[in-house]
Amino acid sequence: MGTSLARRESTWGLLFLAPWILGFLLFFAGPMLASLAASFTDLVLVRPGATHFIGLANWARLLNDPLVIKSLLVTGNFLLIAMPIGLALPLLMAVLLNSTRLLLKPLFRALFFLPVLIPGVAAAVIWQGVLNVHTGWIDLSLSGLGLPAPDWLNDPQWVIPALSLISTWSVGNAMIIMLAGLQNVPTELYDAAKVDGANAFYRFFKITIPMISPVIFYNLVLAAIAAFQYFLTAYVIYQNTAGPNNSALFYMMNLFKEAFVYYNMGYASALAWGLFIVGLAITIGLFTTARRWVYYAGGDS
Amino acid sequence: MAAQSGIASKPRIAAVHSVPSIPVVSKQLRGLMVAGTLSLFATLLVTVYLMPLGYAAALSVRSASVEAGQPLWPSDPAQFAYNGQTYDLYNVPVNGAVRTLALTKPGREASTFVDPANPTQPIEWQGRWRTLDRVWNFSPHWANFAEAWKITNFGRLFFNTVAIAVIGTIGAVSSAVVVAYGFSRFHIPGKSILFTILVGTIILPQQVTIVPTYAMFASIGWVGTWLPLLVPHFFGNAYNVFLLRQFFMSIPRDLDEAAMIDGASPFRTLISVILPQAWAAVIAVCLFHFFFAWNDFLAPLVYLVGHEELWPISVGMSYFTGQYTQLPQLIQATALMAMALPVLIFILAQKVFVQGVVVTGVDK
Repeated sequence: MGTSLARRESTWGLLFLAPWILGFLLFFAGPMLASLAASFTDLVLVRPGATHFIGLANWARLLNDPLVIKSLLVTGNFLLIAMPIGLALPLLMAVLLNSTRLLLKPLFRALFFLPVLIPGVAAAVIWQGVLNVHTGWIDLSLSGLGLPAPDWLNDPQWVIPALSLISTWSVGNAMIIMLAGLQNVPTELYDAAKVDGANAFYRFFKITIPMISPVIFYNLVLAAIAAFQYFLTAYVIYQNTAGPNNSALFYMMNLFKEAFVYYNMGYASALAWGLFIVGLAITIGLFTTARRWVYYAGGDS
Repeated sequence: MAAQSGIASKPRIAAVHSVPSIPVVSKQLRGLMVAGTLSLFATLLVTVYLMPLGYAAALSVRSASVEAGQPLWPSDPAQFAYNGQTYDLYNVPVNGAVRTLALTKPGREASTFVDPANPTQPIEWQGRWRTLDRVWNFSPHWANFAEAWKITNFGRLFFNTVAIAVIGTIGAVSSAVVVAYGFSRFHIPGKSILFTILVGTIILPQQVTIVPTYAMFASIGWVGTWLPLLVPHFFGNAYNVFLLRQFFMSIPRDLDEAAMIDGASPFRTLISVILPQAWAAVIAVCLFHFFFAWNDFLAPLVYLVGHEELWPISVGMSYFTGQYTQLPQLIQATALMAMALPVLIFILAQKVFVQGVVVTGVDK
């Protein structure tokens, strides 16, 4: 009787899980396996019927492809510039919003968060105008102050800094998560530190930062993965050109070109698996080192 | 006795009031100064942060042609009409004062001006008129929005975006509710492994599957239709399932157990017991998917290539931007039109967003 009830329950449960399990198989596991198989072939979508097994040729090409190396450099360079900004700016906003002294707090919170809701294409188009070397407000201000005005989007040296600047408009989620983290820091810690005579600077770096390190860590993982998926802004600004001297050839831009401009599906499958492996490696790498520098209040988390 | 105590109490009252009152006032003052400084800093930060929106707004109502020296705000050269002719207005220094005059006869070293208030008397002016500052009128060109709407076929783009977003939202919410219910209320062998896989698919790059799913949809003839943008969302998105499952877990089981004992089927329990208590989370998921669909770019770009009549705003706008680089005022007008609805929804439902981000970001 008991077992038949349990079986009935698990049958119902599986019935409810069925859509996700089916979706996972159809749109994730199945395609992943199919693309693993495709990565060992010379599949070209516009040339059906002539697909051959070519062994590890795509993978060998991937490891030696100057465009792949370039795309990894571009992506890494972007991470190096955009990630510190992407952690410091939302932290600054969150600290401001967490202060008991700040006036009109809900208004500031809404305005700091607002750019996240602006469609990515619209944001890219607006920033493209703002960063224009002749008519953009940033260069007009810089030259007004007598400073050199870089050609942000057309000078290969300035492309990554420019795209990093644009990415400041997507820190809203990180800000909200960090704000929630700050609100969870027990006030007794600050009171005790004040009694011991610790100044605000010391309190921030010795209490606040360690206490919200799990939140910083979470955002770090998201930022690293997002850099490897970075596509929309670069594509809207540069379309299929990938910027001057391939300076905006992000990993996804390269993958997109191979897959949907040249329809090289075999090689693009290898690239997609490369992305999957890199994403997995970053996540595992960050999680294994996390124990050393992330503080979890409840022990294991 | 009474007099004595009165005398004795007087300085005591004074002491109570005067001695600590100095630090109290200065502490309040300091608090006010800190509040002022912080708020000023936040205002400055927000101004710089949102400056591009000001740029977009100013540019979207700008005239089509721009001249050297034209101010940043939407402006047209000020003119003066007289005797069937229009003359440009300049700021002219005359006898130590700057006057606004209309240039009637430009010359190389000397020109003739008239005062618009007294146009019958010409004023001869020595100097090069090209060095003078023009007078500009504030004149927003609202017609840019109408023109941008027409040139991008924005009505079509808007309809497509709303249709894709609404159909997808229905699928995403109904499937996520069902799956989250399964994860939160049933003993299923291997459930914890399944849940780990589910959370794993949130964090792993979704774009890794775009190549093989494209090949799959191409082979069944779905490329060039909305189906690849809609059908996958009817199978429970991991992010939405996670959010709803967290919420369902916080709902006490007593009520749904009571309903089960009364003979209600699990499905019936979900509809009439769980859902009425979970509206906040369901609305959050609706909004998240709606925004996801509104912003989705890669999938429609890939699946709808060459099918302009099916494009959503994101793809249409990207194409338009590449085609009309010489019409920046229309591009900015389109950008503002594209963000109007999302920003409006955000203003109306701000709390839902903030709480949703916190649930998925912090409780993990």
